[in-house]
Amino acid sequence: MQTRRQKIKESYLLYSFKRDKVAMVSFTILAILLLAALFAPLLAPYNPYDTASIDIMDSEIPPSWTEEGDSRFFLGTDIQGRDLVSTMLYGLRISVMIGIGAVILQALIGIAVGLVSGYFGGRIDAVLMRIADVQLSFSTLMVAIIVSAIVQIAFGVGRYEQLAVPILIVIIGIAEWPQYARTVRASVLGEKNKEYVEAARVIGLDSRRIMFSHILPNTLSPVLVISTVQVANAVMSEAALSFLGLGMPVTKPSIGSLIDAGFEYIFSGAWWITFFPAVLLIVFILVINLLGDWLRDVLNPKLYKG
Amino acid sequence: MSTPIVKIENLYKYFDISGGFLEKLQIRSGKISLHTTEVKAVNGVSLEVASGETLAVVGESGCGKSTLARTVMGLYPPTSGKVLYRGERIDTLSARQMLPYRQRMQMIFQDPYASLNPRKSVRSTLEEPLRFHRKKISSKEVDERLAEVMEQVGVNPAWRDRFPHEFSGGQRQRIAIARALVIDPEFIVADEPVSALDVSIQAQILNLMMDAQDERGLTYLFITHDLSVVRHVASRVAVMYLGTLCELSVTRELYETPRHPYTQALLSAIPRVDGKKQNHIKLPGEIPTPIDLPSGCVFHGRCIHADERCKRESPQLLKVSDSSGSLVACHGVAEGRL
Amino acid sequence: MSLLEVNNLEVIFALRHGDLVALNDVSFTLDKRERLGVVGESGAGKSVTGFAVINLISKPGRISKGTILFDGKRLDRLSEREMRHIRGNRIAMIFQDPMMTLNPVLTIGTQMVETLRAHRKISKKDAAKIAIAKLELVHIPSPERRLAQYPHEFSGGMRQRIVIAIALLTDPAIIIADEPTTALDVTIQAEIMDLLLELCNTQDMGLMLITHDLGVVAEVTERVMVMYAGKVIEVAKTSDLVASPMHPYTKGLINALPGHGECDEENRLQQIPGSMPNLTEIAPGCSFHPRCEFCQDICTREVPELRSLAGMDERKVSCHFAGTEQMQ
Ligand SMILES: Nc1ncnc2c1ncn2[C@@H]1O[C@H](COP(=O)(O)OP(=O)(O)OP(=O)(O)O)[C@@H](O)[C@H]1O
Ligand SMILES: Nc1ncnc2c1ncn2[C@@H]1O[C@H](COP(=O)(O)OP(=O)(O)OP(=O)(O)O)[C@@H](O)[C@H]1O
Ligand code: SF4
Ligand SMILES: [Mg+2]
Ligand SMILES: [Mg+2]
Repeated sequence: MQTRRQKIKESYLLYSFKRDKVAMVSFTILAILLLAALFAPLLAPYNPYDTASIDIMDSEIPPSWTEEGDSRFFLGTDIQGRDLVSTMLYGLRISVMIGIGAVILQALIGIAVGLVSGYFGGRIDAVLMRIADVQLSFSTLMVAIIVSAIVQIAFGVGRYEQLAVPILIVIIGIAEWPQYARTVRASVLGEKNKEYVEAARVIGLDSRRIMFSHILPNTLSPVLVISTVQVANAVMSEAALSFLGLGMPVTKPSIGSLIDAGFEYIFSGAWWITFFPAVLLIVFILVINLLGDWLRDVLNPKLYKG
Repeated sequence: MSTPIVKIENLYKYFDISGGFLEKLQIRSGKISLHTTEVKAVNGVSLEVASGETLAVVGESGCGKSTLARTVMGLYPPTSGKVLYRGERIDTLSARQMLPYRQRMQMIFQDPYASLNPRKSVRSTLEEPLRFHRKKISSKEVDERLAEVMEQVGVNPAWRDRFPHEFSGGQRQRIAIARALVIDPEFIVADEPVSALDVSIQAQILNLMMDAQDERGLTYLFITHDLSVVRHVASRVAVMYLGTLCELSVTRELYETPRHPYTQALLSAIPRVDGKKQNHIKLPGEIPTPIDLPSGCVFHGRCIHADERCKRESPQLLKVSDSSGSLVACHGVAEGRL
Repeated sequence: MSLLEVNNLEVIFALRHGDLVALNDVSFTLDKRERLGVVGESGAGKSVTGFAVINLISKPGRISKGTILFDGKRLDRLSEREMRHIRGNRIAMIFQDPMMTLNPVLTIGTQMVETLRAHRKISKKDAAKIAIAKLELVHIPSPERRLAQYPHEFSGGMRQRIVIAIALLTDPAIIIADEPTTALDVTIQAEIMDLLLELCNTQDMGLMLITHDLGVVAEVTERVMVMYAGKVIEVAKTSDLVASPMHPYTKGLINALPGHGECDEENRLQQIPGSMPNLTEIAPGCSFHPRCEFCQDICTREVPELRSLAGMDERKVSCHFAGTEQMQ
């Protein structure tokens, strides 16, 4: 009756989803944004990576509805003459990629550490949690500076541009796993003293099997909740790093590096280069956070009864 | 008597609750020293469980009943003392060496809502022990075995793909019992198996457990605080107070002639359905904590018969008389003043 | 007229699957000095009955029918402000978990004085005096010193006695005790029951004792009301009910008690098969019929009403065949 159980759960999710207008609107917007990012190469009118198609003469054209606008470029162009709509779509794609990649890495490290730490307790727990504290006290920025310095020395600045996406994933993944570790550890502590875990020990199962097959599935609700927020945070971190010049190179801009690139020209009148990417980023972060809040309420075991 | 199935020898279990290293550091009279706080949950318990019997352990909340049960099952290592299974010491075995015993001893827990993994269907809950211990078993055999056990505990085998939240408390407890029975153990520790259930369901589960005992020749170590349940199911009763045994006797004898002052108070406190107003024996004094055990007899602070010797010397568990098999740990009884 | 009169009470929880009728046509009375027991299966609606009396049904729930008369006033009609004047003042409630009533970060002295001053205009000093008197009443030794202590510094039994003392502060006319001893040991339970009994007699209080322990009911109460699936199925004098239960469920309940019902030669307890239905999926007819050994055709169709039996005053049973030959 797997399907029936799923039905019940789904119907509850669906039920509270339908009742919550904010969740519905957020979800719609998020879905549109994600689809747009996914299909950017199909949707974008131009390919911003194709240097051949970019004409420097087109640079800094304001949005099409303004006086000096050009009907070819709906939101105008940036300083290099790339169509802003296209660049934003591709940028969103990179941002989402980095965000999700980083969160997967965070989750892998964090869940493993949290499980081991919570289940075994004692010294192991103390050591791992101190490591997590130390990690948290290093800001993402410091990790970024160190890692990118190392990479740039090791591979040279030229290669760095190609490797930027995986590097940013690693940087943000490493910098923010302790969130996961703490969340998982807390719920493992709650679960591990429940009688079903003792029953598994009475059967003779080894710790690994108990941890992964019995405890882990019961700690996934909070993991799901923080995952949404962590994706938003990772995208923000990436934007912040880009803003400081440690993120994506201008040739392959993410939303963050677009904002950064446009920021220099904001006082020379070219406000749109920064403005539209910034709005996109804010909307993206906002809807994810709203959805995360909704999910937290729905999955709250106190509110969710059988 | 042949070798007991389980023998507990002078078992102690202390829990260190003082926390991390830093919390243990204390400055006393100008010196830094390490100071640990321990909960003395079980203090020198010796027991034998004979094959085929139901030995009940009763006592008030926090007296160490569950700790005793879990130590016997190897869930906690004992602080000192021994646990023997059919004459073999099992408390020192590694997890791997313990495996053959895991098939022979099982446990049933108190809370039917917590003792089943909410994310596992009945089938995977029941299959797991079977597949784990009998690596060669075929899927068909597994299915047959599940159907047989589910039938026996009175859960429709057609419900095997359901999840725990789809069952009532009583049905869950049946499934938990099925999980214990599925690998055919001979010894079962039941830690308050009916305390969380309604009276009308309690009778169902108790009957089920007694039927299983008859059919399979099971031996139970039955932990409970409900004295009317004990009277019904147990052949012998061990009464615990603050981690020590104060009386061990055949059920009928315990109820007819309780000897230890604590047992007497306990029995007088059972509310009786027939409504005959009983004189509850009131225990004076404060309930001591298992962190600072009282000196001498652990019960002396609440005992109306306590004297100087009780405060100094802890009483041994002694035979009361040759005619009865009762063992009582009380100076008053030993001296014949009670 | 009785001090408390509940008539045809219906409580509905509006859940997403539809309405859950937690109480269905519940009527009872409670007098000064009277001790009424409420027993029944978990989920039968015992606590909801208690909460309904003090108008504390939480959100998806509401009192949809019926009246609650206390001292001639319609409690179900009172505003929250007026109700607050009665709740915890004239009618007090004791919960199963003492920590639900006690605030762990305040001394019990503070909590008692504040409770009193919420209902009376008196000085802190006088309030403290009353608090001490009530602590003495529940046999807490050296109460003056105890006032300065925090809840965690007391044992479980003492905490429950303190909760009772708090309930007694305002000299309520009625105490509703919802499983006051379920979390406690028998020796402490016996102590608390003795205390409640003594208080009813000396303080002129009415007591509504909610529990699932028939033994406790038999020792403490005079009258008992048995609930099943949101309905009252039997009301009787406690001694009568225990000696000769009339409803098949009550019969089964009493016979299922270890050491009470007759056992057959194999020492099996008499058991009631099955379990109480979920309140959302109650079968038509008598709600007990799927588990009842006396069930006949009519039971699956018609809901039996709670009726008095000939020749038995104070006794009401909701069963088509109660007192008839079929049931002997
Ligand atoms: N894992 C643990 N860590 C620390 N202290 C513990 C642990 N388990 C039990 N204790 C303590 O040991 C004492 C005995 O507990 P135990 O659970 O054995 O009591 P019990 O007799 O089973 O009580 P109950 O009837 O309430 O289940 C208690 O004081 C308890 O607080
Ligand atoms: N806040 C609530 N929301 C939804 N349903 C509720 C709520 N409170 C109670 N109920 C339902 O009302 C019914 C009666 O509950 P109640 O708490 O009165 O049972 P009870 O007899 O006190 O049981 P117990 O012995 O377990 O305390 C139950 O089926 C319960 O599911
Ligand atoms: S030994 Fe003394 S204190 Fe202990 S129970 Fe016997 S009489 Fe009481
Ligand atoms: Mg226990
Ligand atoms: Mg209740």
